[in-house]
Amino acid sequence: MKFLSFLFTSSIGRKLVMGATGLFLVSFLLVHCGINACVFVNDGGETFNAAADFMSENFFIRVAEIGLFLGLLWHVFQGLYLWLTNSKKRKAKYDKASGNENSKWYSRSMGLLGTLILIFLVLHLKHFWVVSRFTDHITSGDETLFQEMIEVFENPWVVLIYVLGCISLAYHLLHGFWSAFHTLGIDHKTYTPIIKSIGTAFSIVIPLIFALMPIAMHLGWIS
Amino acid sequence: MSLDSKIPKGDLANKWTEYKSSVPLVNPANKRNMEVIVVGTGLAGASAASTLAELGYKVKAFCFQDSPRRAHSIAAQGGINAAKNYQNDGDSTYRLFYDTIKGGDYRSREGNVHRLAEVSTNIIDQCVAQGVPFAREYGGTLSNRSFGGVQVQRTFYAAGQTGQQLLLGAYSALERQIGLGNVEMFARHEMLDVVKIDGVARGIIAKNLITGELERHFGHAVVLCTGGYGNVFYLSTNAMGSNVTAAWKAHKQGAMMANPCFTQIHPTCIPVSGAHQSKLTLMSESLRNDGRIWVPKKEGDDRNPNDIPEDERDYYLERRYPAFGNLVPRDVASRAAKERCDAGFGVGPSKMAVYLDFKYNLMNKYGKAEATKKGIANPDEDTLIALGKDVIKEKYGNLFDMYKQITDENPYETPMRIYPAVHYTMGGLWVDYELQTNVPGLYALGEANFSDHGANRLGASALMQGLADGYFVIPYTLGSYLSKDIRTASMPTDHESFDKAEKEVAARIEKLMSIKGTKSVESFHRRLGLIMWNKCGMARNAPDLKDAIAEIKALRAEFWSDVRIPGTDKGYNPELDKAGRVADFLELGELMCVDALSREESCGGHFREEFQTPEGEAKRDDDNYMYVASWESKAEGEWELHKENLEYENVKIAQRSYK
Amino acid sequence: MEKVLNINLKVWRQANPEVAGRFEEYKVETSPDSSFLEMFDVLNEQLINSGQEPVAFDHDCREGICGMCSMVINGRPHGPKKAVTTCQLHMRSFNDGDTVVVEPWRADAFPVIKDLTVNRSSFDKIIASGGYISVNTGNAVDANSMLIPKDDADTAFEAATCIGCGACVSACKNASAMLFVGAKVTQLATLPQGKAEREKRVVAMVNAMDAEGFGACSNTGACAAECPKGIPLSVIATLNKEYTKAKMKGF
Repeated sequence: MKFLSFLFTSSIGRKLVMGATGLFLVSFLLVHCGINACVFVNDGGETFNAAADFMSENFFIRVAEIGLFLGLLWHVFQGLYLWLTNSKKRKAKYDKASGNENSKWYSRSMGLLGTLILIFLVLHLKHFWVVSRFTDHITSGDETLFQEMIEVFENPWVVLIYVLGCISLAYHLLHGFWSAFHTLGIDHKTYTPIIKSIGTAFSIVIPLIFALMPIAMHLGWIS
Repeated sequence: MSLDSKIPKGDLANKWTEYKSSVPLVNPANKRNMEVIVVGTGLAGASAASTLAELGYKVKAFCFQDSPRRAHSIAAQGGINAAKNYQNDGDSTYRLFYDTIKGGDYRSREGNVHRLAEVSTNIIDQCVAQGVPFAREYGGTLSNRSFGGVQVQRTFYAAGQTGQQLLLGAYSALERQIGLGNVEMFARHEMLDVVKIDGVARGIIAKNLITGELERHFGHAVVLCTGGYGNVFYLSTNAMGSNVTAAWKAHKQGAMMANPCFTQIHPTCIPVSGAHQSKLTLMSESLRNDGRIWVPKKEGDDRNPNDIPEDERDYYLERRYPAFGNLVPRDVASRAAKERCDAGFGVGPSKMAVYLDFKYNLMNKYGKAEATKKGIANPDEDTLIALGKDVIKEKYGNLFDMYKQITDENPYETPMRIYPAVHYTMGGLWVDYELQTNVPGLYALGEANFSDHGANRLGASALMQGLADGYFVIPYTLGSYLSKDIRTASMPTDHESFDKAEKEVAARIEKLMSIKGTKSVESFHRRLGLIMWNKCGMARNAPDLKDAIAEIKALRAEFWSDVRIPGTDKGYNPELDKAGRVADFLELGELMCVDALSREESCGGHFREEFQTPEGEAKRDDDNYMYVASWESKAEGEWELHKENLEYENVKIAQRSYK
Repeated sequence: MEKVLNINLKVWRQANPEVAGRFEEYKVETSPDSSFLEMFDVLNEQLINSGQEPVAFDHDCREGICGMCSMVINGRPHGPKKAVTTCQLHMRSFNDGDTVVVEPWRADAFPVIKDLTVNRSSFDKIIASGGYISVNTGNAVDANSMLIPKDDADTAFEAATCIGCGACVSACKNASAMLFVGAKVTQLATLPQGKAEREKRVVAMVNAMDAEGFGACSNTGACAAECPKGIPLSVIATLNKEYTKAKMKGF
């Protein structure tokens, strides 16, 4: 496996990791979003709870979850490492910066956006994942995950943080989705524009669905 | 001193082959002990350094730029000639040879030029193998176009940046050898003297331009590939840093300068726009394939060129030279432009310009062909223009963009305004067939030597010569010299000759720094340029040249008493480096005028107003001037002329005619 | 009467790599037809005439091809115009009374030598590590024996037009050199001549690039947007692909 060491040592290898783990996380988002969207059935959480139960009880999903966390951690730590090292390549800064003339602000802020998402994620995991896995609050049948959501999203500050988290995610994806393909070496006259379009749609639709959930619950559209 | 050109005996077509097969060789083990210094990393320098290193010699390469890739060969636009005859249009080695001799107005050596034509085909092969992306046809074969003074299509090109692509090819070969440790590269170094030991070139003194320190470098041989000296005119198409210093130092060490007055004034350059101008920009000769040159028939006609009807335009090249039309050689086209402007028919704000108009071919040649291809019957003018524009863009896009950037005019809509400008110097260090100067062990390649282009160089031949010298000539000829030197061990650089040379260089720098005058280096350069352009430029005459010599002497004296160089001689001081170069130009300028004055004939780029035909064409004097004028430096401002007679055994001498 | 522009310049001055630099302010009168560097010639003439040291800046061909000129003008490498080098930027792109900030390329891999002059020898080292086709002089076959589809020749040519100026590095927030390296890798990997050593080449060049202290690419596209020769960002995708393939093959 020595030949894979470049994934940790070379500039392109590290970027490759970012792209590959990024796409892996994108696939997770799709599943996560699909299950969450069940709340919009508005049947008092019945469909949603069924899906959530399936996810928490299925053996393969639980194994995949470990992979997901490893992927996430790799993405996070490699990302933070790159952010740190890249920012050290120009110790003398420009007096006059005009980055907006040649690139999008969010493409230059992936480290920052990622960090915001990470902060949100810690909160998010505490709210639901920790509660559902490591307390018997839900498994004991006292409360469903759906009810837990209704409770958590009663707090307007939590809703605000969730919405901000989703906005960060949207911009992170707006650059990250297409960029991951580019990093993996995919560039094509026909396909790259399609990938870019899909990426833009994904970056808007998925975070929007995520953000609508706390808003809808907070405002009582779903109960 | 007698000048032996060492042209091998025998049949013209076999001279080089026989030379190559009989030349003494150096065995591989000995090559590793032989050190060669290559100064300059343009086409000639980079190709020589890399090829010599491939053979096994230890090479040190020097350039004054920050990287060998910046050498001014990079700016060559149009293309490179080779007698491949891929177009099946009658080309051959002999025809390329003949065209070059004739284009040079019968002032170059048959032997050298034939060798150049022979190896031209190897150059294309070599460059393609290196990954040079030449233009290609849809079938995958190489594409060709035509250039001035020639009736076949033998020019290979890479859009309008052939020089760049060829240089990057040679540069990558050089970098490969640097990476392998066979070449030691010294960028931002300038050669300031040749060191001779017992009359043989054994090294150089170079200045590290960043630290200001002088360095000594030993070489069994020294190869100068330092380009031409067109910047003596201040305004030229050369790069700002192009200079004569290395060649001039060699000259002062005994190497002769040959035909220094042979200067090429390129007909298609963007005209001077004001006093702020620091350099002139070439519009490739390839544009003359599709552009027609004209001026209004009416003197001082101020109308917009598009408003001047066809019958009021004077396509003077097509009128005067129907056989070659707009593709006459450069010297002829330049003089014709000057003649029209001097007569009051010039255009543009300065009235020192002529039009280069693409509309006719854009519509009739390309527009109509595209319309036929697309099956458009009876296309109107706008359709033809739109169709033709795309073709022109594909061929010359980058040149048109550059023109627009500089002049703020759109050449797709209005004709370009162009005027001749100094572009190339055919003269240079005298070398024999082996490219060796009269100083043993000192070689000159590419534009730095004088040998192949006579009194006028044909378009797309400079790249050919630079690469021919570097890739295919010097590896053999230098081997011949070094084979006799294998017993000489590398010499330590504490030899007294190195001491002496370094002391002299240091003293000159100190002298420059101690003047502390009032005028900038640039101001002297500008004044020298004006003298040269007005009196030793496109047209010369005896009284002007005599004036110029006196003026240059006076300017030189003023320079050495009143130049102001800020800063110190320690560290990076570009003004000091420029001062050294201008000081050398101030000596060279005088020699150019001396040479121009002594050559009482007109030939190629050298036009003496006293010697012209009734139609205003150059009038050669083959009986008295069919020689290479080689000047030996005696003292400052003093030279002795040595003549190398030119013998033509294969070409019939004739008055050049492009009518 | 020729039009004149009055320009206020704020120029980075730094005597040598060891000392700290600072901005100096100057006023220059210039013609709109003069190039940005000719405006600097005027400034330098003024400085010399008033007994000060002129501003050191790299320049040579002044026709946009040698790649030597290198100024960051108002925060943008080679100034505000697209696909134009500093030497081809003309003062008509500015207005009378403008303040123009001029800085050197800034990247740790391009240390300042003096004022606006930087050391770009790291680029040469990358090329020396493998940016070539290993063919000794004299080994070549006939040029037309290798048919190269026009599209491939055009792609290679487009990538080969890189002038090695370093604007990509200076524009990139990570000071990454991947556009430069990608251009050379794309040129040589597209041509049949270059395929024999494509894996070895790309690995060597990326190793050299990393060793020289350039950052990693994050696909912001700033490099391609500022490239005076319009080298497309796609060369970086090609570089990534070539590199990954080579690595997976064990190079």
